[in-house]
Amino acid sequence: MSAEAALIGVILVPLLGALAVVLAGSRPNLREAMSLGAGVVLLALVVRLLPRVLSGDWPATVLAEPIPGLALAFSAEPLGVLFGLIASFLWIVTTVYSIGYMRGHGEAHQTRFYAFFAIAMGCTMGVAFADNLFTLFVFYELLTLSTYPLVTHAGTREARQGGRTYLGILMATSMGFLLLAVVWTWQLTGNVRFTSGGILAGAASPLVIGILFALYVFGIGKAALMPFHRWLPAAMVAPTPVSALLHAVAVVKAGVFAILKITVYIFGLDLLRDTGVTDWLLWIAAVTILVASVIALRQDNLKARLAYSTISQLSYIVMGALLVNSTALVGSTLHLATHAFGKITLFFCAGAILVASHKTKVSQLDGLGRQMPWTMGAFFLASLSIVGLPPMGGMWSKWYLALGAIDAGYAVLVGVLMVSTLLNIAYLIPVPIRAFVGKADAGGEIQIREAPIACLLAMGVTVAGCVALFFNPTWIVQLARQFVE
Amino acid sequence: MIREHLPVLQVVLPLVAAPLCLLLMRSVWAWLLAFIVSLAALVISIVLLREVYAGEVLSYAIGGWAAPWGIEYRVDAVNAFILIIVTAISVVALMFAKTSVAQEVAGDKQGLFYTAWLLCLTGLLGIAVTGDAFNLFVFLEISSLSSYVLIGLGQDRRALTASFQYLVMGTIGATFILIGIGLLYMVTGTLNMMDLAARLAVLGDSRTVQTALAFLTVGIGLKLALFPLHLWLPNAYTYAPSAVTVFLAATATKVAVYMLLRFLFQVFDASFTFGAMPLGGFLAVLAAVGILSTSTVSIFQDNIKRMLAYSSVAQVGYMVLGISLVSSAGLTAALLHLFNHALMKGTLFLALGCVAYRLGSVRLGAIAGLGQRMPWTMAAFLVGALSLIGIPLTAGFVSKWYLILAAVERGWWPLVVVVIAGSLLAIIYVWRVVEMAYLRPPPEKLSVTEAPLSLLVPTWLLAGANVYFGVDTQFSVGMARQAAALLTGSSG
Repeated sequence: MSAEAALIGVILVPLLGALAVVLAGSRPNLREAMSLGAGVVLLALVVRLLPRVLSGDWPATVLAEPIPGLALAFSAEPLGVLFGLIASFLWIVTTVYSIGYMRGHGEAHQTRFYAFFAIAMGCTMGVAFADNLFTLFVFYELLTLSTYPLVTHAGTREARQGGRTYLGILMATSMGFLLLAVVWTWQLTGNVRFTSGGILAGAASPLVIGILFALYVFGIGKAALMPFHRWLPAAMVAPTPVSALLHAVAVVKAGVFAILKITVYIFGLDLLRDTGVTDWLLWIAAVTILVASVIALRQDNLKARLAYSTISQLSYIVMGALLVNSTALVGSTLHLATHAFGKITLFFCAGAILVASHKTKVSQLDGLGRQMPWTMGAFFLASLSIVGLPPMGGMWSKWYLALGAIDAGYAVLVGVLMVSTLLNIAYLIPVPIRAFVGKADAGGEIQIREAPIACLLAMGVTVAGCVALFFNPTWIVQLARQFVE
Repeated sequence: MIREHLPVLQVVLPLVAAPLCLLLMRSVWAWLLAFIVSLAALVISIVLLREVYAGEVLSYAIGGWAAPWGIEYRVDAVNAFILIIVTAISVVALMFAKTSVAQEVAGDKQGLFYTAWLLCLTGLLGIAVTGDAFNLFVFLEISSLSSYVLIGLGQDRRALTASFQYLVMGTIGATFILIGIGLLYMVTGTLNMMDLAARLAVLGDSRTVQTALAFLTVGIGLKLALFPLHLWLPNAYTYAPSAVTVFLAATATKVAVYMLLRFLFQVFDASFTFGAMPLGGFLAVLAAVGILSTSTVSIFQDNIKRMLAYSSVAQVGYMVLGISLVSSAGLTAALLHLFNHALMKGTLFLALGCVAYRLGSVRLGAIAGLGQRMPWTMAAFLVGALSLIGIPLTAGFVSKWYLILAAVERGWWPLVVVVIAGSLLAIIYVWRVVEMAYLRPPPEKLSVTEAPLSLLVPTWLLAGANVYFGVDTQFSVGMARQAAALLTGSSG
């Protein structure tokens, strides 16, 4: 199979997987086998693309041309392949986890759940392998829509409210700013293809470049830059596997991924550096990092705390893009991977706690470590990765980001990173400490047992991933360098 | 031999068939005749389109009397595009009407119903195909009078007042148009549109010509429900039989937009209407205010049909907005939206027709949980809704793309904001319905089943078209471009 066919395959396989899930709806084991099968095939296809990309190639293919000059086209470039790899690998892990979670928690409408999950993955792949802004926009919007039924899965009043905020903010930003930015780019250059070195150089005045860049950065609401971050905590009404894969990895990373790609391939680092349009946005990213961390500190609901932590961590990646130098961008790329593995583990743990003990609040977790040692142990290790301590992968991304900040002459941002690290410790580490050291309140805890084995298995894999990223980050750094240069 | 008479057959066929329908009082036969005639009209319009696709213009002299003395029928890329929309929607709506009308209209009135339908079709096609200003007025009256009848046949007694309201407003509009045409005749002594254009160009500016333009714009504005002349529309759409709402919503206002284009860009010169006269800014402001205000009003409607009716006024605003940009990109966007809006509103009203057929009500509260009880109907509604919002890979997105592009090209940023705000408001009003249908449990005693296939097939035909023309825009964009080039080209 050629790389070009594989590119179409990565979009189609999850969608066919969704179809298979629906057809196998009445037989749960077969249905989940379909999800897993689609995940494995997808991962194999993305891996198939890797050598071509590592050798410096940029295979591309066109699916259709809905509007003259604007094609639905896909291509594999270094960052896209990396994102595709992370998302498809974690999809398999999450499916295993979902089997334990959805059955353990007795959720309704599981066929619908798995089907939309697969569609959302197809859209994520569309974002990852988009060859131009138009394709990126199409799949970005479809991703919002396909995740809406997952967010509102419970069908309760709370879910409806959450769904409104989710859809409202994501649609308002994408239609209000992102679409306008894409149309404007098209009007200025007559071209929307992702191209090394950017396409906007010389096409517009610095003022227009600045406005356009801001439209992109805020228009991509999935990156959750303040003040457009409210949708992410709202999305936490979804079942935990959705929060884990989609709202810690696929959807939010699609946002920051898009910002990185647009920074490098549409504007180009030279243009942004010369015009200096990113400076004021850096401060917004810095404020988001700190404020979201402080809010996280005050959340008693575990999933809400993790959601605000995600908002803060996403702004690391945005900040790396805004620093416009190659070291910082390598840091951003690394953070895309390390945060994915760390945060998905934390959500897996939160879901496992919910299934096993029906507890959702941090203040209820005292003494839980004795009943659920594996879960809380995984939580601790993943927390270390988010904080950025060895032997966890999270260390490297912070390292490169700090170096990038110094390179760009923003020593104060290193300070922001340090303060944020302390805040990370303050809102994450007490959770396992409470669980292991705290005293359980009397009664009830006898029934609590460790989470379903499928859940534990998934956590084991992602924690191992965090450790592996510490010992071997070089291939990601290599992809990142290719992406930047 | 028959081929050269196609322009006139397009109109004559439904005109002759209409009284036959009345004779065939038995409903099924009347329906069948109307359907076959509609289908034939669609075939004719396809053949006509193929002939003018390459940029040719067909001219047909009625009775062999050469223009400008005789009446000329003139088919070019602009009206061939309109003919296709009108006839195709008529076919789809009639497919739907068989089952729907049998329930909603009393048996003894069904022959009358299909007679009025065919007359309305005659009128709409006539307006599009004729090259004669007075003939246009005649057809306008035919279509208007028959549509008053169609609306009045609605189940609800309020249909009669709605029809009467439309009658009053529509007659004022038609009178204004007649006065406008009369004034033009006064200064030029001709009624043929091409001849009018040529003579007006020589004649230049005068107060009479200015007055004629004003009368025509306001008169057509009433027919196309341009804000603030839209007050007749919500009631008319709400209380008309389901199939009639589909037909009128997807065609009547479109034909009015076509009239506007013909007069503003061809009979008068664009340099006169938008240069010497400040019509561009005038239309832009009305369209912008209309989009924002009627979209907002939509949010507060409890009756879904009425909600969509207000949304139609807003969508007409998009078309007028495109026109007011006075550029080929703007006109392309307007014509494209004319086509796409027929698809999306057609789908939405058809799906609502299915709901009305089963539930007897289209109130928001009545459709709770309908996503489970009538999955296909609500899925079609969802497709139409996504298209209305302008989600990528639907027809609505293509319109929005061109509209924003046209406004950015002119650098009219306030209009860009209006277009975007309009689609955000559309999300709000449409999503109230989606949420109600999918995220609320159905009431326990409710025992509705999916709509019958005879209603679902036409509904899904249009729903499918929304997706198809969102992915393959060769026909829609191609036609819109060509028509826009024709309109701007002839205006110099």
